[in-house]
Amino acid sequence: MGQKVQRVEDDRLVRGAGRYVDDVAPDALHAAVLRSPHAHARIISIDVDAVLDVEGVHAVWTYEDLEGAMAEPLPLLIPHPTLTHGRTQYALAKDEVNHVGEAIAFVVADDRYVAEDALARIVVDYEPLPAVVGIESARSGDRLVHDDVPGNVAASMEQSNGDAPAAIAGAPHRLSLDLHIERSACMPMEGRGVVARWDPDQGRLQVWSSTQTSTGVRAAVAAKLGLDLGQVDVITPDVGGGFGVKIVHPWPEELLVPLAAQRLGRPVKFTEDRREHFISAAHERSQVHHVEVGFDDDGRVLGLDVRFWHDHGAYTPYGLIVPIITSTQLLGPYKPGAYRVRFDSLYTNTVIVTPYRGAGRPQGCFVMERTMDAIAAELGKDRADVRAANFIQPDEFPYEHGLIFQDGRDLTYDSGDYPAMLDKIKELVDWDGFESFRAAKAAEGKRVGLGLACYVEGTGVGPYEGAHINIETSGKVKVATGLTSQGQGHQTAFAQIVADELGVRFENVEITTGDTRRMPYAVGTFASRAAVMSGSAIHLAAKRTKEKALRIAAEALEADIDDLEIVDGVVSVKGTDTSIPLGTVAVLSNPLRYAFDEASKAATQFSVGDPGKPPVAEDDEPGLEGKDFYSPPRSTFASGMHAVIVETDAETAEIRILKYAVVHDCGHLINPMIVEGQIHGGVAQGVGGALYERMAYDESGQLLNASFMDFLMPYVTEVPTSIEIDHLETPSPLNPLGIKGAGEAGVIPGSAAIAAAIEDAERAVLPGFGITAMPISPSELFALRAAHTPRDAQESK
Amino acid sequence: MKPAPFDYVRPGSLEEALQALAGHPEAKVLAGGQSLVPLLSMRLAAPALLVDINDLPGLDHVRADADGVRIGALARHAAVLADPDVARVQPLVPLALADVAHATIRNRGTTVGSLVHADAAAEMPMVLRLLEGSIDVAGPGGRRTIPAAELYVGPLESSLHHDEIAVEAFFPALPAGSGVAFEEIARRHGDYAMCGVAAVVAVEGDRVVSARAGYLSVSDIPVVVDLTEALDGSVQPAALAAAADAALAQLDPETDIHATADYRAHLARVLTARVVTAAHDHAREEQR
Repeated sequence: MGQKVQRVEDDRLVRGAGRYVDDVAPDALHAAVLRSPHAHARIISIDVDAVLDVEGVHAVWTYEDLEGAMAEPLPLLIPHPTLTHGRTQYALAKDEVNHVGEAIAFVVADDRYVAEDALARIVVDYEPLPAVVGIESARSGDRLVHDDVPGNVAASMEQSNGDAPAAIAGAPHRLSLDLHIERSACMPMEGRGVVARWDPDQGRLQVWSSTQTSTGVRAAVAAKLGLDLGQVDVITPDVGGGFGVKIVHPWPEELLVPLAAQRLGRPVKFTEDRREHFISAAHERSQVHHVEVGFDDDGRVLGLDVRFWHDHGAYTPYGLIVPIITSTQLLGPYKPGAYRVRFDSLYTNTVIVTPYRGAGRPQGCFVMERTMDAIAAELGKDRADVRAANFIQPDEFPYEHGLIFQDGRDLTYDSGDYPAMLDKIKELVDWDGFESFRAAKAAEGKRVGLGLACYVEGTGVGPYEGAHINIETSGKVKVATGLTSQGQGHQTAFAQIVADELGVRFENVEITTGDTRRMPYAVGTFASRAAVMSGSAIHLAAKRTKEKALRIAAEALEADIDDLEIVDGVVSVKGTDTSIPLGTVAVLSNPLRYAFDEASKAATQFSVGDPGKPPVAEDDEPGLEGKDFYSPPRSTFASGMHAVIVETDAETAEIRILKYAVVHDCGHLINPMIVEGQIHGGVAQGVGGALYERMAYDESGQLLNASFMDFLMPYVTEVPTSIEIDHLETPSPLNPLGIKGAGEAGVIPGSAAIAAAIEDAERAVLPGFGITAMPISPSELFALRAAHTPRDAQESK
Repeated sequence: MKPAPFDYVRPGSLEEALQALAGHPEAKVLAGGQSLVPLLSMRLAAPALLVDINDLPGLDHVRADADGVRIGALARHAAVLADPDVARVQPLVPLALADVAHATIRNRGTTVGSLVHADAAAEMPMVLRLLEGSIDVAGPGGRRTIPAAELYVGPLESSLHHDEIAVEAFFPALPAGSGVAFEEIARRHGDYAMCGVAAVVAVEGDRVVSARAGYLSVSDIPVVVDLTEALDGSVQPAALAAAADAALAQLDPETDIHATADYRAHLARVLTARVVTAAHDHAREEQR
């Protein structure tokens, strides 16, 4: 724990030796999906006749070919009382399509080439319907996505703590802001993918999926195909990134591929291509917010009233998680005197919206931090000071916000130290020295600006994770936890936890994740929860394994348990050379009738045990194993602050990041190198969300930039070359390791911090210049400059 | 993202390649494939036959002499970019090539292929026009030379006939007393530019005697504008502004998801001033 251990998985992954879903079952048939070219249309008829005689085609299905549970809508994974009009799609569209890319027909063929040739021969007669695109169109309600959902409103939710409108009305200062964040998407390198193999001899279905939840997929496949859970195994091999999109399940293909494998008696594979990922996976982020805030002369927020509109896309399979997170995590490290938040979750004829790394927090952070900056500007105060005036103080934890969080539990922060963190970030970015830096740059004709953004992130949500540890007679330690890995470095971080607790060598620990054969009870990898949840479970399971090892060793060495220690996989009596390797302890733990090698002779019936007692005691089990589960009362809250210095080109409006600084608190660090890697990746995605990425839908609901040529993810050339990181460690009291999640953190404050920096740079030249929408491109900055008039400066004053 | 079915031949001689093309009105030539293969995979193009010219002998040359630079149809961007003689004879070629996509694409993509793909957002067609170069093409009736001014007839459309293969491009050498410069502004490093401008400026002493600029991504074919008159010998701010006005009169930028027409026009103005100044400075250095 706490060591910068090099990730052991990287050598394999960066050399191209990873094994992904598409690498499994090279003999499989290939599936392809016919997708709607219309954003909204009624399906009049589908003619597949021309496909049937294509050589190499094994199956072509439409909705008509589905039966039983497969013909029902896909599950609504996370119901919520306020989600009064939840809707989910069918595995294959029934009568109507609601976004470009919705699955209509499914073809299985010898290979993907033939499958795509076959798709081109399917004739669908559509009656196009008016499309609802964008929040404004959805709000107006004059066109409906779903005929039976009035006003396109899937859900309306309100939470409050105190009387915010009254507090605002009585405040000495008031401001209102309108703020907008645009759509983006996870865009993992590996898209979705699924392989299924039906074994008719055993009546078993094996499914490999590029998922963030193998147990979730297993349950859904069993339920939809009418199989017993015990007949289905789901295995998650290497996954080339998830970032949230792969927690959604079951995707239509995750059901259709297993069904095809079962019906055809052949392995079947679906590997999503990039265009499909753009139009048929999931997006996130688009929200419009209106803020009313009242504050005192020091900038303390007395009342905060936020109303926002969430673009949910065509369906709501993942419930209200994203807008609920925005509505609660918007508060960040602050404690407004009173708070009210209301949101409408709106249907549009676009790709579904489900969590993308950060999951509603980047929007909430943008809203809160823009508000803090506006308060500072209104009062003429230092932006950091205004934030400090609103911080929850270190002695106020656990801090209850009086709201309900996304997990249905109280929004209660467990620990943190925001004032100390602010001191660190100010030092890291040289906050106090910035004005002289700005002056020096101005003398060179350059515009620079500084931005700051703070956030708190609820991590490690329940309900639980588990771990099973088995020490083999070779001394090797086999660990299984059920959640999946998509690049986080679990092999490394979890092995560190086991090595520490068990006293074994790091390289002797092998971690298996996401395989329902090894650990059928699990939830999944999302919400920055793997380290907290599985890390804690693994720690607890290691403790149990260690207790058993010491008990058996104490008997074998005829020593007192308290006198024993385990170092490098050897149990010894402290201060003596009396010892026994853990492998031998494992031999002794399993009474044998049959020896299979020299070592195992020690465990056979004439060698071991008290002949007067049962070989396995009544309250014991054979094997040197330990198993445990971790289920916390509520989430643990990590926090962080980002500061960024940008230069905005006076002539071309290009935006360059000169310095990016991060202070991060995820409690105790298991592996600082992995945490820093997570921050680097998060910052890169934050830069993408702030300056490059958007989903360019036209009015008819066509996605104009559904390729990597036009959807601009930052290259390494666009990401800051050095990201300065400092850590703060306020341990969580909620888990045995004192850790908090770190996976999503880096992306959360990107848009907020960069918007603030650009605004700061421009204000030096254009007083009152404001940024209210992100992302921002040079073309947009140029337009904002052109539209900015001295009158704006006057009004914003 | 799998191509529709097509036939494929990989001839070993130019004659065979030309015969294959002549026999198929729906045939396309494949060289580096950096534009064609994505179009195939997205099924935006579905030629009946691909004539892969990568086995044709004697077409991967990069030669630079006093006249200029000759680049064979199979020379990769990376080979041209790395050639020190090219940089000496016509420095604008490597200046622009460095901004052609990314290293991996330059390793595979061919300069001649890019020229005949005729994308008005690509660097090299504009440079060929600005430098008044040409390409040599082989066809059923023998070889002919197409001057750059006659090569680009519309968006992604060149004056090559369907049954012809471009075999060599020629970029004239930089004359004495001249300088060049290139700058483009793209959303990300290596992307197609929102606007790019190159200039060739000739000086006598400090005075500009000729100045021409080429523009990419601000019209549907590469545009070259003679700025000599507008500059009236000078590169002072007023002269540069007049030059930008003259250029903008001949450009027709459009709005897309990455940049508005106004912004592109603004960039054309800013870059005109920058590259004319830089080319002027380069010419002055060359004089010394």
